[in-house]
Amino acid sequence: MSKPSSLATIGSVRGDVVAAANTNEEQYVTFTVGNEEYGVNILSVREIRGWTPESRLPNLPDYVRGVINLRGIIIPIFDLRARFGGGTTEVTKRHVVVVVQVGERTRGILVDAISDILAISRDQIKSPPTMETGMVDSQYLSGLFTAENRMVTLLDVARLFAVETGDDEHSNQRALVN
Amino acid sequence: MEDLQQFKQTYFDESGEFLAVAEAGLLRLAPGNVDLDEVNAIFRAVHSIKGGGGAFGFSELVAFAHEFETVMDGVRSCTIAVTDALVNTLIRANDILAQLLAHARDGTKPELGFADPVVVALRHHAQTAADAVQESPAPSTPVTNLPETVSRVVTVRFQPKADLLMTGNDPTFMLRALTHLGAAEIECDVGGLPTLAHLEPELLYLQWLVTLTTDASLVDIQDVFEFVSDDSLVEITEHSADGASPTASPSETDEAAGGAVTPNSPGGLAPATRTEATVATVAGAASPSQLALYEASAPALAAGDSKAAAGKSSTAGDGAHLNLGGHTIRVDLDKIDRLVNMVGEMVITQAMVAEHVRDLPPGQFQELLEGLEQLAQHTRELRESVMSIRAQPVSSVFSRMPRLVRELSSETGKDVVLITAGENTEVDKTVVENLVDPLTHMIRNSIDHGLEKPDDREAVGKPRTGTVHLSAQHRSGRIVIEVADDGRGIDRPKVLQTAIKRGLVQPGINLSDEEIDNLIFVPGFSTADKISNISGRGVGMDVVRRNVSNLGGRIGVYSAPGQGSRFVLSLPLTLAVLDGMVISVGLERFVLPLTNIVESLRPKATDLHGLVNRCDVMMARGEYVRLVYLHQLFGIPDAIVDATKGLVVLVETEDGGRLGLVVDEVLGQQQVVIKSLESNYRRLDGVAAATILGDGRVALILDVAGLQEMSQHARSPASRSVADAAIQLPAL
Repeated sequence: MSKPSSLATIGSVRGDVVAAANTNEEQYVTFTVGNEEYGVNILSVREIRGWTPESRLPNLPDYVRGVINLRGIIIPIFDLRARFGGGTTEVTKRHVVVVVQVGERTRGILVDAISDILAISRDQIKSPPTMETGMVDSQYLSGLFTAENRMVTLLDVARLFAVETGDDEHSNQRALVN
Repeated sequence: MEDLQQFKQTYFDESGEFLAVAEAGLLRLAPGNVDLDEVNAIFRAVHSIKGGGGAFGFSELVAFAHEFETVMDGVRSCTIAVTDALVNTLIRANDILAQLLAHARDGTKPELGFADPVVVALRHHAQTAADAVQESPAPSTPVTNLPETVSRVVTVRFQPKADLLMTGNDPTFMLRALTHLGAAEIECDVGGLPTLAHLEPELLYLQWLVTLTTDASLVDIQDVFEFVSDDSLVEITEHSADGASPTASPSETDEAAGGAVTPNSPGGLAPATRTEATVATVAGAASPSQLALYEASAPALAAGDSKAAAGKSSTAGDGAHLNLGGHTIRVDLDKIDRLVNMVGEMVITQAMVAEHVRDLPPGQFQELLEGLEQLAQHTRELRESVMSIRAQPVSSVFSRMPRLVRELSSETGKDVVLITAGENTEVDKTVVENLVDPLTHMIRNSIDHGLEKPDDREAVGKPRTGTVHLSAQHRSGRIVIEVADDGRGIDRPKVLQTAIKRGLVQPGINLSDEEIDNLIFVPGFSTADKISNISGRGVGMDVVRRNVSNLGGRIGVYSAPGQGSRFVLSLPLTLAVLDGMVISVGLERFVLPLTNIVESLRPKATDLHGLVNRCDVMMARGEYVRLVYLHQLFGIPDAIVDATKGLVVLVETEDGGRLGLVVDEVLGQQQVVIKSLESNYRRLDGVAAATILGDGRVALILDVAGLQEMSQHARSPASRSVADAAIQLPAL
């Protein structure tokens, strides 16, 4: 979309970061997948729940785990490890699902464990380096943050599984950008 | 601002109901069949739409409603004769009114002059009637008001009750409003004033006599006093334009007025019913003694109407909302849907609890078990009551059909009578909404193809007028709707011939009568000799069948040559719940809609036949049925691969074809609550929706037509990987 600007300026205003306008700090829920730590804006997180067995959906890529019943609504569960090419997660009782809300839609992201809640000010977010094609596309990432000695990858949940959920995602994105 | 918006919404809701009332009444209106109550109801409906429209400033709407109302007024005072032409004009006027309402609601401008032809027609009717009256004023006939454009002299006696001021009304408002209608001479009668010693400063002792030269209608003048009609006596007396005639003698007027109307009569009409002000009209210089009671019937009609329109507030008057009668309330559909969802959840939760309790040691938890049993009962009842909130009588669909029949009858030149039965049969709102199209098609088909021309009917000894029966009834948990005609029936040789010509049937094949009849549902089939406006484009009955099967229903046809045909439509009572069969494949469970299932069986190895080295067809009841392996189609691991070890569920697709679904096991029949997969995810091939089973797990509801399609374009591994690659492309 706007390649030059997202690379050029540090803390450039990305759509989802605008959400809480007047404070410079935003809270991120961070979680781990393997040795990596990821964060999503706390405002998009609806709840965090333990793993419940999913029902598989036919003929979809491996990172679509299936669907679960979230108090009467049916939400898809995505496997973050598989999404980033790390193979399907072998789930145990300790795995958790981060339920996020994007626009009108609710979905779950399967991760290994919840790690922290961080208050991050905008100027602490560094833009991700350009990645090789075929790897995770940098547009799913809203930036990088260094917490003590760890690097936290901040994810753009609206885009992360956008392709998977049909065309309205585009309008969702636009709504967020505006 | 928001409040006004809310009132507007109420106005549009009510106007919709009024339009329906008016249309229903107009359709029953026919020469020689004039029911005054009906006519009054129509007048009242149009008047209410006009009144409310005025309050919101929809001037175009009001202007048109006024023309409409004028003619209706003539009809109810019997000065305009009811003819077919008149009824047609009025029905068109009702449509125009509906369109104007839609424009007002959407804030759009109607096309300039689109209502003009109807306005002209309305004026024509009003004018001829007025002319006729002037030529021969029949002594016993009440006379209508004069054409609107003529200026008249009207005297208005306004006699407020002494406590008018207490209700927050100010007589000067009304007087000022009168001066806006035309040139007014206002005389104040101070005769009622007591001496100063007895004067109560908060009481009103004055009366007014206003002589008004105006071209406004009497209704407009009455409207000025709308809010005080209960608290005052208003007499409006009209003189002809030349002003030669004196006012009717007071005694006469009083008599007429007194007899007809007593404002604030005990137990009188509540504010919502607009009590018409007393109106007496002198019908012109020639016959002042024949005092016609213009709208003398109005109060009586208002009373009758308020009964008919029980629960609906009438005009845009204040306080109208207070008197809703308490029998019905308007509820946002979303709220009911949420309630339905929650009850669905409760049913699932209850099933879940019941499953766990079954594992408890018996005998120890007797009270818990009893409580649970009661809970189950209550849940069931709750679910039924909630579903009944959404239930609507099919009459809302049936009531549209007379109009259709009327139009078709004049288009085709066939005389048709529509007889309906079971209009009060209730079914879920979503089903009712989806009934309109299939029913329209079926009735069109019956009239266009089924019924003969009057002459042809006579030739075979049938009455000239054809009959179409439309009926609805509940039968074993479904609603069954029948459309039957007494026409010529299905012309089987012709149907067969056409089907062969179109390549739908191989020549030389022997088909039973029933099979031939069902050919009319095959896509692209039509027997009409020439393509008519109505049907015959070959998009009729196959579309009906598809729509119906999308709703989980079935349609069948029974025909007797020369005697007519009968279409039978069977639909589930609700689209929120589905009767399904739970099946398993590998570790996954799926739900198959019961309507699709013919039977399930375990084939013997000898029944299976390989085509190109694969078990592709099965012999079932003398027919070869193609097998579809669900585990293959959906890529499910650990499933039973050998059909002789699993089960084959024979399913019927919408085009009547059969398919054998190979599954591991059939777990049982169950009612399931239909849940959307699309609201949080997206549509998937072969999947109609999802549901939640008793253990809280999600199961997909299979779409048989989709499965059939998938199996026909069985994707090779190569094409699948291409599809996956496409999915992984970035969102840009």
